Amino acid sequence: MSKPVAESPPVGTRVPELVVALLLMGLAVLVIVDSIRVGTGWGDEGPRSGYFPFYIGLALLVSSGWVAGKQLWGWRRDDPAFAQRAQLASVWAVLWPSAVYVLAIAYTGIYLASLVLIAYFMFRHGKHGLLLTGGVAAGVPLTFFLVFERWFLVPLPKGPIEAMLGF
Amino acid sequence: MNEINNLIGGFGVALTLPNLGFMLIGIVLGVLIGVLPGLGGANGVAILLPLTFSMNPTSAIIMLSCIYWGALFGGAITSILFNIPGEPWSVATTFDGYPMAQQGRAAQALTAAFTSSFVGAIFAVLLITFLAPLLARFALKFGPAEFFAVQLLTFCSFVGMSKEPPAKTIAAMMLGFALAAVGMDTVTGTLRMTYGQTELLKGFGFLIAVIGLFGIGEILLTMEEGLAFKGKSARINFKVVWQTWGELITHWRLFLRSVVVGCWMGITPGGATPASFMSYGMARRMSKNPDDFGKGRIEGVIAPETAAHAAGTAALLPMLTLGIPGSPTAAVLLGGLLIWGLQPGPMLFIEQKDFVWGLIASMYIGNIVGLIVVLTTVPWWAAILRIPFSIIGPVIIVVCAIGAYTVNNSMFDVTMMMVFGVMGYLFKKLRYPMAPMVLALVLGDMAESSFRQAMLGSQGSLSVFWSNPLVGSITALALVMLLWPLWGVAKSMARRRESRGAAA
Repeated sequence: MSKPVAESPPVGTRVPELVVALLLMGLAVLVIVDSIRVGTGWGDEGPRSGYFPFYIGLALLVSSGWVAGKQLWGWRRDDPAFAQRAQLASVWAVLWPSAVYVLAIAYTGIYLASLVLIAYFMFRHGKHGLLLTGGVAAGVPLTFFLVFERWFLVPLPKGPIEAMLGF
Repeated sequence: MNEINNLIGGFGVALTLPNLGFMLIGIVLGVLIGVLPGLGGANGVAILLPLTFSMNPTSAIIMLSCIYWGALFGGAITSILFNIPGEPWSVATTFDGYPMAQQGRAAQALTAAFTSSFVGAIFAVLLITFLAPLLARFALKFGPAEFFAVQLLTFCSFVGMSKEPPAKTIAAMMLGFALAAVGMDTVTGTLRMTYGQTELLKGFGFLIAVIGLFGIGEILLTMEEGLAFKGKSARINFKVVWQTWGELITHWRLFLRSVVVGCWMGITPGGATPASFMSYGMARRMSKNPDDFGKGRIEGVIAPETAAHAAGTAALLPMLTLGIPGSPTAAVLLGGLLIWGLQPGPMLFIEQKDFVWGLIASMYIGNIVGLIVVLTTVPWWAAILRIPFSIIGPVIIVVCAIGAYTVNNSMFDVTMMMVFGVMGYLFKKLRYPMAPMVLALVLGDMAESSFRQAMLGSQGSLSVFWSNPLVGSITALALVMLLWPLWGVAKSMARRRESRGAAA
């Protein structure tokens, strides 16, 4: 269901492949370094804490190194498409509001942040009317409030507005 | 026939009014999860898990496993009516299910899919009923070395059997193990890989990973595909059901074959998705007119649905008896058991008889309830799918955030969920398999402690994994699985050399 015509060439797989493989290699190094710090050998009561993770880190380093090496080795070969630019743009259109949403929860509480997120999406991407947008955006957090705080007694993050209302 | 008595006892546990109620709630939620994009069996169960912490474990697992059955049923609805697989294991169902719907045979296709799912599940539950106690009794003799060997076999089979490149399978798996190792070492109490961050003390929760990888990751993928839901509507009446059932009986051989494929792939951690493809491929190859497949053959719906549901159910067998889940969803259920203070494994069958047999009995009833629910409520689910993604999308993000927060009441987890979400998107696009990673994250601590105990017993000598025929053969099998991809490489190299020789 991809867009039939793309104005610019698609983004290749090679760069994302390399980035992910290098990130994994970086994590592997972190694991190995700390395993060595806590000890990879035998202590008084058997294997020490780094004994198992050390080899895990090593295997991660080798396997992701292999993936990265394969990309570098075949640099001149065709670069299969990762995604069209328009597709990446629509992924980004969800990603950044979600990231902002997650950050906002810490300050405003989950209810207000959810209201804004849903309203933004419906207004910006769905072009829904004001009444529907307002109804859904307010209704969903309200429903969650009733289900979680009232019915299951599970507290969710709350901000200044909830505090003002006395919760 | 000790099993029969136990099972009857189990029905006594499962057939109480509250438990039947939880079953119904579970099935309905499960179908909803299966129908919605971005919510699936694994992360659906993960999100709802915190709500069950205060329930008694038997009712909780009955509800959660019913969510799982519901999700398995629900995936078929979107595949057939909308040509959108709600779950990865229902991709193969779209091949013939959607053409059937286009030809106006949606009701037949749906009936066939639901019935096949039901048959697959029931056979797998029968297998669990009679094989699980045997396997559990057998596993009682296992020491740490045997347990580690079985875990090794589980992970090596991923390398040997997955379609993804072996290096990426290993990398994903090791990432899971590495993330599981972060935080307090359960054996010595040493802190490791926290690099001074207090948030990392308790490590990475696998529930958070599941919600991010499968939930947020799936939303991003859905967005990329730019879904516009244009589907067929369907209403199932009793006459169609009856006629379709009559037709289905003539395909009993296909059912049996698909059940065998499904159960096998479920017990070994192949999972429901490869099982459905394998079964579909087999049905096509063994058919008299394979060219008709993909144009609306009912066999093309029966084969993948039976196998997927059989695999999904059979995945619970190793989870209950050995503590090793056969699928990501089974892994989440296992995580639930641990949180409720139940240690999965052979002792469960001795110490928690009511729980185990209540669960097994609920599998029978849950699938019957599920079949009835989906057959009668299809039009509603189809209507839910017509709600535009611009509404459903943000609501699912909110649900995921709530799910991630409620696991530990921690904001750090919600942030991590977003990180795992981006990772899930990248991994999916770059063909890193996610199932072994999730399993490694769940089993990491267990695998490590059995490895260390085995090492402790042998004073650090690896020969303990060959010390008796049982552990030796499991280890050998694991190594065969691990080296399996090399065999493929060798074969293709030999072929290339041969063709070069023929050309010269």
